Parts: sequence; structure tokens; C-alpha cells
Amino acid sequence: MTSPSVRKKNRLSEAVQNIRPSGIRRFFDMASTMEDVISLGVGEPDFVTPWNVREASIDSMERGYTAYTANPGIIELREAIAGYLEQQFQTPYDPEKEMIVTVGASEAIDIAVRATVNPGEEVIVVEPGFVSYAPIVSLAGGKPVPLGTRKEYAFKLTKEELESVITPNTKAIMLSFPNNPTGAVMTKEDLAPLADVIEKHDLLVLSDEIYAELSYDHSHYSVAKLPGMKERTILISGFSKAYAMTGWRLGFVCAPPDITAAMLKIHQYTMMCASTPAQFGALEALKSGRDDVERMITSYKQRRNYIVKSFSEIGLSCHSPGGAFYAFPSIEDTGMTSDEFAEGLLKEEHVAVVPGNVFGEGGEGHIRCSYATSMESLETAVERMGRFLRKHAT
Amino acid sequence: METHELEILQLVEENGRLDVSTMAKMVDRREDEVQAVLNKLEKENVIVSYAAVVDWSKVEEREGVTAMIDVKVTPQRGVGFDEVAERIYRFPEVKALYLVSGAYDLSVVIDGNTMSDIAGFVSEKLSTLESVISTTTHFRLKTYKHDGVVFEDGEDDDKRIVVSP
Ligand SMILES: Cc1ncc(COP(=O)(O)O)c(C=O)c1O
Repeated sequence: MTSPSVRKKNRLSEAVQNIRPSGIRRFFDMASTMEDVISLGVGEPDFVTPWNVREASIDSMERGYTAYTANPGIIELREAIAGYLEQQFQTPYDPEKEMIVTVGASEAIDIAVRATVNPGEEVIVVEPGFVSYAPIVSLAGGKPVPLGTRKEYAFKLTKEELESVITPNTKAIMLSFPNNPTGAVMTKEDLAPLADVIEKHDLLVLSDEIYAELSYDHSHYSVAKLPGMKERTILISGFSKAYAMTGWRLGFVCAPPDITAAMLKIHQYTMMCASTPAQFGALEALKSGRDDVERMITSYKQRRNYIVKSFSEIGLSCHSPGGAFYAFPSIEDTGMTSDEFAEGLLKEEHVAVVPGNVFGEGGEGHIRCSYATSMESLETAVERMGRFLRKHAT
Repeated sequence: METHELEILQLVEENGRLDVSTMAKMVDRREDEVQAVLNKLEKENVIVSYAAVVDWSKVEEREGVTAMIDVKVTPQRGVGFDEVAERIYRFPEVKALYLVSGAYDLSVVIDGNTMSDIAGFVSEKLSTLESVISTTTHFRLKTYKHDGVVFEDGEDDDKRIVVSP
């Protein structure tokens, strides 16, 4: 038993008590105990990191690069990232003053929020959206303000909707396109009207562009490219998705020099630097990984096409997601909640998906299906889902 | 060749058993269009055949041997290497034949039931061809990877956790 000297009351901070554990956890626990589960619940690539990248990292360790690096990351890597951002997205950043290599985009989101948000300030968070944004804002003392996107508008954000949630306390907006879980993308034309609102209200933009490369219908357009936006934008990205490097934990964040310096203070005290072997792997990925990235993009696109059409054949209505590797079909016609649907599908047909409500209230009525899995699994999953829908037809 | 034709070619090269209907969805075309592309590519002999990659070392009933033979030949006036190549590839035991640059000219891959089968083929059929100058035979001991596929079990297992954000 706990000894009386151990503090029991108020052991945990209010901040941590106020955030809820991720709803994804419950499905992970359920699915982990079952055999022959086909999982469309995985939020990461099904490719193993290309061998040349793994090899470069092994080589760096053999050569003895096992010490800390400079806080913002090895300069060769930052220069390569700068070159990559300029070439792929025409968003040039100074590798010395405007960039930090982080422990995944996850850390980048955290330090971006902590470097800019004061207690009580509001951060607009797009919903449905990635599960970490709101908790990270809350942990920093800020107030996450959900802003729902709608399937009628392909889960894009509109100017009117944005204006409707802005208050004098609004500090920043967290953009996330291509979006997890909806797969929605925003083109230049979609973003431009938002930029006017953002400037008018003098907001910061935290733009999580981790899926930028995985844009299938148009090339990705970064909000930082719009006139006047770069000086108020924190661009977050990383190697997890396009380079199939999730487990390496490597990302980066780019921002104007004052914000970068502020983020660097947090990074240097909490992380020191990102993993050294991972940085060497990433350097190789940027130097010679282009063909692999293109190959993976083509494969995701084919699977996207397949799943969207197959879903419509079995009667699941699904907008065509322009990016990322998720389909986000509506299950409203079944009369089930997304939790009921996902749980039923897992128990009866052994197919794991993630209920939309996990990604914010706006996600209710939908399920997230990751198509980053083999064609064979996708075909079986579609077949089983078709059977499930027929059985529960109302 | 158009993009979707290239895509179809890459898809069947990787998996010759993919349904036309599945492929049609993947490349965003109608089924009859995909079928037409396949017919055309088959007719033009771009798609030469559909075959499976088999790891015969797992099949007890079959104890064959495979050898790679480096062959040096004198090219013939007018036909170069083609005539002797043809005389070699007509033998059914020849599985593959390549003209290569470097220290020798032809690389022959041959299957046999036993090592002496292969020795017999080399001494009686290959070396006796008029233009063949010399041969060097290498027996294959183990296949690690063939046609882009690693034979080691477990290589392709999904190592991800089942549900993640
Ligand atoms: C939108 C989004 N942002 C960030 C992340 C986290 O990425 P990283 O692995 O770089 O921390 C994910 C991962 O699922 C994501 O979907």
C-alpha cells in the first residue's frame, strides 16, 4: 500500500487532468486482442523506410556519429530541408535562422504552440483534425476553439466560418491540409480568402503540412506562399509520411526568426536535439529519395482511387479525398453513431477503422479508413464492410 | 506510352493476378479501357507472359539445380551474336539468356535435375557449337532475391501497430 508520506491529493496537474485520453486508444486495445483483423486504422505509411535511408543511418553510427548535434539540427540537414522546401513548394526558409529539426511534427506542434500562446488565449483548431492539436493547446494554457468543416464543402475551411469564431482573444489558427482524417486539401483559391481574414485580425497561422507531398490531384500550395502570410506563419512538417519514417521521430518547423528563436529555447531545454542517427537518415532521404517518394505517391493515389470507388459501390458515400491516405466516408445512413459502427465492424467483421468523433465533434457520422495498406487487405476489407452494411441496412 | 498505360504495366508486373476491375478503379479508367490496354500490350508482346515467382527450394519433390554459364563466342558476320543466341535459347532447359558486355558475351541460365545433367548440357550441347570459344559454369547455391522479391520469410510482415492516430 502507499505509505502515508506519499502525496495523494492533487498529485496531478489540473492541466493534465483536463485533457482526455485519445479515443483511438480504446480501439487499439480492442483490435490488439483479435486475430485476423484487417486494419484500416493505421495512421502511417505501409512502406518500410527505403533501404538507402536506413543504410545511411547505420553508416553514420558505424562512423561514430552518436553524440548530440547542434540544437536546431545538423546544418547539412537544415540546408537540405531548405532546398527541398524551395524546390517542392516554393517556400524558401533560412536554414540558420528560420528552421529547427524536431522530434517529429508532434514536437514541432508543441513548441510552436508553447512559443506563441499565453494562458487564456484562443487557438482555432480545424475539426475534424489531428488528435493532438487541442490537447497541446490546452496543456500550454491556451483555449482550443473548434472550427468545424463540413462534408458539403469537401471539408474545406471557408472565410465565413473562420470569421464566425474569431474573438478579441484569438491568437492563432491551426491549419491542417491535407487533413487527417478527412483527406481534404486547400488550393490557393481556397486559402486566399482566409488570408484576408487572418491579416485583418492579426492572427498567427500554425500550418501542419506533414501530408503536403501526398496531394494527388493538384500540387500542394502552402499558406506561407500567399502575400503577407510567411511572416505570420509557422510551417510544420516532417519525414514521417512522405518518406515513410514515422518511427524515426523526425520533423521540422520553419518560422520567422523571432518565433524560431523562441521555439529553440523550448527545444533546447526539453529535447536538446533530434536523434542523431535519424538526422543522418533524413539527410540521405532528401539527397536521393525522390524516386522512392514518387513511387509511394503513385501507389497511394491508386489505392485512394480504388477505395473511393469501392466504397461507393457498397453504398458508403465518400467524397474523394485530395490528399493524405485516409478516406472519410459518411455512415449516417446506417443510423449508427461512428463509435457504434466502428465497434460493430470490428467485432462482427474484424475490420478496424477509427470512429470520426475521435477527431472532434465534426467527425461524428463518419469513419476514418486508412488506405495505406496492401491492395489485398483493401479488397478483403471492402468485401467485409459491404457484408456489414447489408446486414445492418435500415 | 500514356501515363495510365505505364501504370497498368507497372501494376501487372508487380502482381499479374490483379483483377481488371480492381485495376480499373486504381487507375481511374473504365474496365473495358483497361482490358483494351492489356490486349494491346499483350499483342505487341510488351507483356510477354504472366508468371508467378516460385521458391522451389521449399518443394521437396523438386530437387533441381540451376547454373549460370558465362559463354564466350565468336560473333558471325552479318548476324553478330543473334544466330548463336538463337541456337542456345531453343534448348528448353535454357531458362534465360542475355547478351552482356565485359569479359564474356552470353550469360546462360539453365535448369537441370542434377549437376551431371548440366555438365552434360555444357559439354555436349553448348561447347560443341562452332562459335563457342569457352564456357564457365557457376552453380546456384541459394536464392536470396529473384525478380525484385526477397525470399526470406517475414520480410513483408506488417510491423505497425493496428490502430494509430
Ligand atoms: C496531421 C498530422 N500531423 C502530425 C502528425 C505527427 O507526425 P510526426 O510523426 O512527425 O510526429 C500526424 C501523424 O499522424 C498527423 O497525422
